[in-house]
Amino acid sequence: MTTTLDRVPGPGAEAASANPAGRPRRRRPGRLRKSALPYLLLLPAVFFELLVHLVPIVIGIFMSFKKLTQFFIRDWGNAPWAGWDNYSIALDFDAPAGQALLHSFLITCAFTVLSVGLCWLIGTAAAIYLQEAFRGRGVLRALFLVPYALPVYTAVITWVFMFQHDNGLVNHVLHDQLGITDAPSFWLIGDNSFVALLTVSVWKGWPFAFLIVMAGLQNIPRDMYEASWLDGATMPQQIRHITLPSLRPVNQVLVLVLFLWTFNDFNTPFVMFGKAAPESANLISMHIYQSSFATWNFGTGSAMSVLLLLFLLLVTGLYLLYTSRGRRAADA
Amino acid sequence: MSRTRTTAIGAVTVTLALAATACGGGSATGEGSNDSPKTLTYWASNQGPDIPADKKILTPELKKFEKQTGIKVKLEVVPWSDLLNRILTATTSGQGPDVLNIGNTWSSSLQATGALLPWDEKNFAKIGGKDRFVPAALDSAGAEGEDPAAVPLYSMAYALYYNKKMFREAGISEPPATWDQLVADGKKLSKGGKWALGAEGANLSNNIHQIFVLAKQHGADWFTADGKPDFTSPGAVAAVKQYVDFMAKDKIVAPGNAEYAQNQSLSDFSKGKTAMVLWQAAASTFESQGMKDSDWGVAPVPVASGAPGHGKNTNSMVAGINMAVFKNTDNLDGATKFVKFMTSDAEQKILCKAYGSIPPVKAAQQDQSFDKPELKVLRDTLAKSAAPLPRVPDESQFETAVGTAVKNLFASAADGKDISTAAVKAELAKAEQQMNKQ
Amino acid sequence: MRDTAATTHRSPTAPPRSFLWSRRVFLTLLTGFVLLPVYVMVSSSLKPLEDVSSSFRWLPSEITVQPYLDIWQTIPLARYFVNSLIVAGAATVCSVIIAVFAAYAVSRYRFRGKRVFTVSVLSTQMFPGILFLLPLFLIYVNIGNATGIALFGSRGGLILTYLTFSLPFSVWMLIGYFDSVPRDLDEAALVDGCGPLGALFRVVVPAAVPGIVAVAVYAFMTAWGEVLFASVMTNETTRTLAVGLQGYSTQNDVYWNQIMAASLVVSVPVVAGFLLLQRYLVAGLTAGAVK
Repeated sequence: MTTTLDRVPGPGAEAASANPAGRPRRRRPGRLRKSALPYLLLLPAVFFELLVHLVPIVIGIFMSFKKLTQFFIRDWGNAPWAGWDNYSIALDFDAPAGQALLHSFLITCAFTVLSVGLCWLIGTAAAIYLQEAFRGRGVLRALFLVPYALPVYTAVITWVFMFQHDNGLVNHVLHDQLGITDAPSFWLIGDNSFVALLTVSVWKGWPFAFLIVMAGLQNIPRDMYEASWLDGATMPQQIRHITLPSLRPVNQVLVLVLFLWTFNDFNTPFVMFGKAAPESANLISMHIYQSSFATWNFGTGSAMSVLLLLFLLLVTGLYLLYTSRGRRAADA
Repeated sequence: MSRTRTTAIGAVTVTLALAATACGGGSATGEGSNDSPKTLTYWASNQGPDIPADKKILTPELKKFEKQTGIKVKLEVVPWSDLLNRILTATTSGQGPDVLNIGNTWSSSLQATGALLPWDEKNFAKIGGKDRFVPAALDSAGAEGEDPAAVPLYSMAYALYYNKKMFREAGISEPPATWDQLVADGKKLSKGGKWALGAEGANLSNNIHQIFVLAKQHGADWFTADGKPDFTSPGAVAAVKQYVDFMAKDKIVAPGNAEYAQNQSLSDFSKGKTAMVLWQAAASTFESQGMKDSDWGVAPVPVASGAPGHGKNTNSMVAGINMAVFKNTDNLDGATKFVKFMTSDAEQKILCKAYGSIPPVKAAQQDQSFDKPELKVLRDTLAKSAAPLPRVPDESQFETAVGTAVKNLFASAADGKDISTAAVKAELAKAEQQMNKQ
Repeated sequence: MRDTAATTHRSPTAPPRSFLWSRRVFLTLLTGFVLLPVYVMVSSSLKPLEDVSSSFRWLPSEITVQPYLDIWQTIPLARYFVNSLIVAGAATVCSVIIAVFAAYAVSRYRFRGKRVFTVSVLSTQMFPGILFLLPLFLIYVNIGNATGIALFGSRGGLILTYLTFSLPFSVWMLIGYFDSVPRDLDEAALVDGCGPLGALFRVVVPAAVPGIVAVAVYAFMTAWGEVLFASVMTNETTRTLAVGLQGYSTQNDVYWNQIMAASLVVSVPVVAGFLLLQRYLVAGLTAGAVK
């Protein structure tokens, strides 16, 4: 798509490009102004991204090499250098701090894979089921978007209310009414908290997948289905051979975005568990929060965040490389 | 080099320079001044039932102060969930209030940052001298051997609150004075969906307060004399095991309490679901939850044997709130005056009465409104058998690490698992290793 | 509208019965899953405090609107609401305007550093918020000290923060959307004598309304629900709902019925707005994100 656009350059596009071939220029006089224009247009975005994201990250990296315990936070510019100490503490998997980080990292990986997978699966299934018109489709579609539209805090706190041990709905149904469990279970502490967190995350997240896939489905030309029907294809075959392949570019982006959001999610576990999450639901963002704010060691906390960032960069890079091979040539 | 890159690098440099200049010398490390003598910012902690209640109590007093001195105090009541983070960010940036309340257990940790004004003889003289305060309360205002980092404002101690009717129905005539009695009574009380004792299993600081006292009774401290963590001593392990065993072995605490962190154990008590809680100054909460004063009784927290005292018969931490001044305040004199006002005999009586706490000021304690049975128990405990939490800079990390360990143990106990000494020791060893290696 | 076309289109195959059945089962289960918390929220908000602090019951023992009256007293809910509205509203407007400019530049011009820009903007999505919380806080404080612009603790600082949170995704979606607006349109506008900005605002923006609405909704919701930065960067006068609602768990008790009532009160406007705009949202995503 981009290729076409670049071949028929838009107004002013050629002015900005250093074009040695010397294509005919339509608007000579405005050349300088126009060549600066794209940069001017980008300036606000670049400025704010620098201010709120990039510069703080640079400072964060700087902090990760400092010894920033409570003795030094007040004058952190002059805190002693820690060299690689913070990193070696975080990465020493034989010692408890490193073990805890590794454990939290693995939990987060499992959580992310399950959550993204389920969100995608439910979202795609719902979108496909809602592809054909039937009575009540509009209502259902609106309804399905409600979890996504609810503010995070209200949604999560409602789940917390439902997951309480003594007075919660979940135990009331599972234990009192259906008798599935022998005793009321704990959902907010102990091992089950992983399941609870996953449930909330999927409940909140799948409508986004649904929304995107639904949009993607509308771009699939109808005649493809009609043609395959004439060839005698059944419904599951159509889904396998037309719907899913056509969704591939959509899924590529969707899965990446869901992955990044889920992996970095802080709001959900924080509202659910407060400052100390149970070990089985101790997502990495929570772990880093605790390592820096609760134990007042911002140097180690920053080092852990930098490691997390490197990991995400690596995964995203590999993912993009893997999924967009071939598309990249066109994407100058 | 492309233009974007040049611009980007330029912007980064400018912003970094900005950050660096201001951080190097700026206000975070500046010393106090009297540049704005007419205003003060005050962060109060949430002492009343809710934040509007706190404002209602404090505002008239602040007006009084304004009338006396002409200094206007800007009040913000900060919820407990935010308070420590707000203080930390204020410390880091120098953007904080002039005067603030801190939980007294944070005193040593915050003292280590160097952000708080030290209360040396000279500063104490400005507010009427050190001798006005109860020694135990002063002990909880900073590390041992250093000038206090704060001034005691409200004091509290732990007591055993019990439901008179439930005791009567179970045929128990007197509140337990030793743990053995408590467990024995507890077994009589825990039946028919009712339980003997309430706990806040997921509330880290409450866990700490309880196991600190129990460890004292087992003759153990959480830190060595030179301030190193020592979480796995036999006494410490026995203390944690004893506390968690109330649920795991003795079955006198409802398993559901393992996830309590928002004072649910108090509502359970008010509703007659549990017969006892170990709490500090709970009267106003019971009242707001519709429990009559005559329905509950109060007694000192049990000990292993004998009567409460010091050492192995400690039965409470020194609980309370201290008042601190940020070193970089721009109204140092005003801040000192304000501390003097808040710790004056008259204000202490008004405020402590309103909050149901004990004045750390000796003269104010004598007021007869503090002679009610509950406050008498608390006052005696504070004077005779309370000890401050470890006075080391790592105290707040200790609360997080060990508090979480106890929370995890409660979670296992609630799941019906047996809590062995080895399991307790392993959990505590993990907590110990999480502490910063200085 | 694409949407309507799809709805009225008759399928060439009548779906097999097995498909209809699986659809019925799946959608019923899913509806239950989605609605359960919503039901709990509504029913609990109408219960007296005794009901919500003892064993769960499906129906209130008595229906009361008292929680809806109390919520305004327990915490200054109205002020938090206004704060959230200002913060989220301003962040949305700024974010959308900035994203429109940036996306227009990327979509319509070739220039050096374009790829660097798109890649780095998108990569900010990877930054763990916790890593830049403290540095950002320091930067705001120092800007305040150096220039007198109070960013820390003010709504302005929060607006600035939130607008950049939604910016990357917004830019990325709008690039896609603008790419799908035919170039002939702005060429024609340029021939008519509009400048490039004239072409942007008279031609491209109007043609991209669904995409812009989609981006705005996303930006608004990001700002409306954020907890971490709001908890550190606001004070009592500037506190937003996401943080302020925690005030219902007081020293004494957790007022679950009030929490639910307040949650409902703050959710209804957002959800209603969202559902009203969902048509645009789907259309916007169809052409934008989903090239």
